[in-house]
Amino acid sequence: MTATYPARGADLDGLVADVTRSDATLRRFLHGLPGVDQVGAEARAAALGTRSIKTTAKAFALDLAIRMVDLTTLEGQDTPGKVRALAAKAMRPDPADPTCPSVAAVCVYPDMVADVKQVLGDSGVHIAAVATAFPSGRAAMDIKLADTRDAVEAGADEIDMVIDRGAFLSGRYLQVFEEIAAVREACARPDGTSAHLKVIFETGELQTYDNVRRVSWLAMLAGAHFIKTSTGKVQPAATLPVTLVMLEAVRDFREATGRMVGVKPAGGIRTAKDAVKYLVTVNEVAGQDWLDPDWFRFGASTLLNDLLMQRTKMTTGRYSGPDYFTLD
Amino acid sequence: MTRLDVRKTYKLYIDGAFPRSESGHSYEVLDGKGRFVANAALASRKDARDAVVAARKAFGGWSGRTAYNRAQILYRVAEIMEDRRPQFVDAVARAEGIGDGPAGKVVDASIDRLVWYAGWADKITQVLGNANPVAGPFFNLSTPEPTGVVAVLAPQGSSLLGLVSTVAPVIVTGNTAVVVSSYARPLPAVTFSEVLATSDVPGGVVNILTGDAATVGPWLAGHMDVNAIDLGGVAGRPALATELEVAAADNLKRVRRAPAAEPDWTDEPDLGAMTDFLETKTVWHPIGL
Repeated sequence: MTATYPARGADLDGLVADVTRSDATLRRFLHGLPGVDQVGAEARAAALGTRSIKTTAKAFALDLAIRMVDLTTLEGQDTPGKVRALAAKAMRPDPADPTCPSVAAVCVYPDMVADVKQVLGDSGVHIAAVATAFPSGRAAMDIKLADTRDAVEAGADEIDMVIDRGAFLSGRYLQVFEEIAAVREACARPDGTSAHLKVIFETGELQTYDNVRRVSWLAMLAGAHFIKTSTGKVQPAATLPVTLVMLEAVRDFREATGRMVGVKPAGGIRTAKDAVKYLVTVNEVAGQDWLDPDWFRFGASTLLNDLLMQRTKMTTGRYSGPDYFTLD
Repeated sequence: MTRLDVRKTYKLYIDGAFPRSESGHSYEVLDGKGRFVANAALASRKDARDAVVAARKAFGGWSGRTAYNRAQILYRVAEIMEDRRPQFVDAVARAEGIGDGPAGKVVDASIDRLVWYAGWADKITQVLGNANPVAGPFFNLSTPEPTGVVAVLAPQGSSLLGLVSTVAPVIVTGNTAVVVSSYARPLPAVTFSEVLATSDVPGGVVNILTGDAATVGPWLAGHMDVNAIDLGGVAGRPALATELEVAAADNLKRVRRAPAAEPDWTDEPDLGAMTDFLETKTVWHPIGL
């Protein structure tokens, strides 16, 4: 059997029903996906990273990157005061410049959602909460679901779940599939709407690009709205080649089924230069449709300050310094 | 058979490493008689930016060391310069177009200058600090603290003694430095950077850019993360010096102003080269607790 993607225009529900009949069919489908050319993927990512983005294109990229940031704090030492300060920064990243856009979302632990919500109000900045026993994902299923429901109830607009890497690596794909599907159901609100679900793979623990491609398809079939590289707690976190493989997956998935899924690299993206490399890759691999905060996000904390410094450099013509931006 | 020349292209010194210029540019360095000596990297504004990032990163560790330790390290730099004396003599002689005798005197004076400043590291606080008398039951103590990241436009004429005399007073008190060397005579500075790399000076404490102070200087003067600037390298160019001072005013940088002409660096220095890059911290502490 030659490795292949599902035919173009495949019926999504039919495809899902077909491949998830049993662990064996799901494995056959995932292992039937074409393998990733590791050297090729890394070379292409490196080549895309050399593009020179200057002047107006750079200004556009910086503003877009700011709008795509999920401003994140996931520390044991987070306090209500700290997350409120972060939420305030999310709305007005550069208080000195009213033209600076706000970020996409604030990403916190579920118990901090209420505090963030108080600050954000109806500003349009979303609240993302990590759930399902983040970052290890090692907890009983009912605990993971309760974790998710609590976060949604507290007002989270987006849920960042982690998959059970142990199950995935030992080949229990159907278990991972059912877990994602169940968490997606737990994201539903009483009024019929639903919080968006981002699925974190922790690619640093998945060993191969083939696994990244498989888990991407698995999560997309299970109904993920976003696929996300990492928790930020494991090294390596997001890398450009891994993100490239995931971007290929969402592109191919839309081609096959018509459904569009977002991508979120998280962890390790610290400089504006890195962020611009990612945007170039998004544009070249997935296409312009993904150059939008609804479809591409950066999970980051220190990145925002560097973006703001570069933005200030563009507008004032002189290099800025960290003294002029908040410590967070 | 004659031996083939090894034509050298020197690099910058940033964050303890020797990178090429980000721009990829280099320029020809000529000796005192106009003959080709070597190529030197032509630093761009982005090299200056990278150097400032490195200097900022190094500042916490360097300023946090004990003054005694900084003295030891500066003395170590002098030791290694002494070891490489012939190389320095050759570099200075060719750069400045003088004989080996006078060049040797310049190198000796430079080494002595380093030792002189090394001695100041743990003495400057006694001289400039004070227990101030105040009208209340308080100890009131003033101590000098380093300003932060200092951009140094090194003298154009005196390629080694002038360089050492402007860099040593900056770093001995705990500042970190981004140095733009003499444009026409950069090679003694390059050799000096090799000495720094093999002494115990942590990477990033001194960053040496070979290039034109007139093109890199404005970026350093306007840089919001540079706390002070020494304009010695634009001595005798009042229009440029004024432009740099105006740019420096934007973030209230401390400025050591450019003299009308390059001074005689063999003169015994005063404390000004150090005090210009020091802040005074005053602490009030209740007596009797």
